Amino acid sequence: MQMRTLEIGVGALILAGVISLVTLAINVSGLSLTDRAGGYTIYARFENIGGLTERAKVSLSGVQIGEVSAIRIDSRMLMADVEMRIFSEVDYLSIDSSAQILTAGLLGEKYIGITPGFEEETLQEGSRIEDTQSALVLEELIGKFLFNKVSE
Amino acid sequence: MIDQLQRIGRGTLDRLAATGRSGQMLLQSLFVPPAPKEMLPLLIKQLHFVGVLSLVIIFVSGLFIGMVLGLQGYTILVDYGSEQAVGQMVALSLVRELAPVVTALLFAGRAGSAVTAEIGLMKATEQLASYEMIGVDPMRRIIAPRLWAGFISLPLLTMIFAVVGIWGGSLVAVDWLGIYSGSFWANMQASVDFSTDVLNGIVKSLVFGFVVIWIAVFQGYDAVPTSEGISKATTRTVVYSSLAVLGLDFILTAMMFGEI
Repeated sequence: MQMRTLEIGVGALILAGVISLVTLAINVSGLSLTDRAGGYTIYARFENIGGLTERAKVSLSGVQIGEVSAIRIDSRMLMADVEMRIFSEVDYLSIDSSAQILTAGLLGEKYIGITPGFEEETLQEGSRIEDTQSALVLEELIGKFLFNKVSE
Repeated sequence: MIDQLQRIGRGTLDRLAATGRSGQMLLQSLFVPPAPKEMLPLLIKQLHFVGVLSLVIIFVSGLFIGMVLGLQGYTILVDYGSEQAVGQMVALSLVRELAPVVTALLFAGRAGSAVTAEIGLMKATEQLASYEMIGVDPMRRIIAPRLWAGFISLPLLTMIFAVVGIWGGSLVAVDWLGIYSGSFWANMQASVDFSTDVLNGIVKSLVFGFVVIWIAVFQGYDAVPTSEGISKATTRTVVYSSLAVLGLDFILTAMMFGEI
């Protein structure tokens, strides 16, 4: 009988541990069981990505439609080449959309904002956004401002 | 001068010998042919002793630490108008650092010292020797179940601590201070990553569990078999395992999150 209470106690401990792990996974880290690996990849070149990181959001009108999957240097153009994974249900981005690197809040994280274009043809797997706008780098802005002040 | 050198040398050799004995004990108790029928009841008894009986202290301290984090985070973040980020702050600090470390420290104080005292007393009253006399290997019967029990129960306790702490944080932040619960949880889910944060926290607790229970069992096994020796061994267990946990935590954190 004594042994049985011990067994029940240990079982409860292990159960509580497993429930905690599941809670940590789903409620706290937001691990979703639905697979978002599907979707398609598009590319964009930026002159300066200024602190954009992998897994940053890609958004359209503020709604997340994908994430940055890789960032590398295009050795021929000497620009940053950003690879983005867009959710497969978002299949209506026109080919002349433009991409901007934006900042959430004044000092927040960087993300990519897509502004849709007007063409009928849509972005497909492997297509490239040509019209891009780099990140706002505060030092450059201050530099320009000072330069203008001096030349006045 | 020579005397001092001699003392330093003797101390170093003693430490080395103790380290060697602890490694030997680990090998002898872990690498034994498994015999589930006789070892499982022993393991369950130890799991109950070091794990289940530690639940209350883990639960209460987790709750209060989470509540304090929520309160402190709120008073700081409200100055910057970003009090919604309190969920993110509570969850990240608990999952990454506080849950593994505080649980390991409490575990060393609550379970580690008890294990040391128990084994030390067994040695002092020559129970270990009598086990050997009747042909039962004390490594298998006494040492191995305690090692496994500590190693298994600390990660479980750590996860429970983290969940209770986050719940405590949400009690203070959402129910008391009135942060909108949607932004509390959404901010948390957006910033906590399962593999980098949660899994690394669990890896930390596995390492801590191994180290704490190893120190506790070895200090008991290696204690001088007198009442004074046992009291010293118990103190050493708490001191050594706390220092080991804090030092290892820095190294593990540097390895996991220090990718600069």
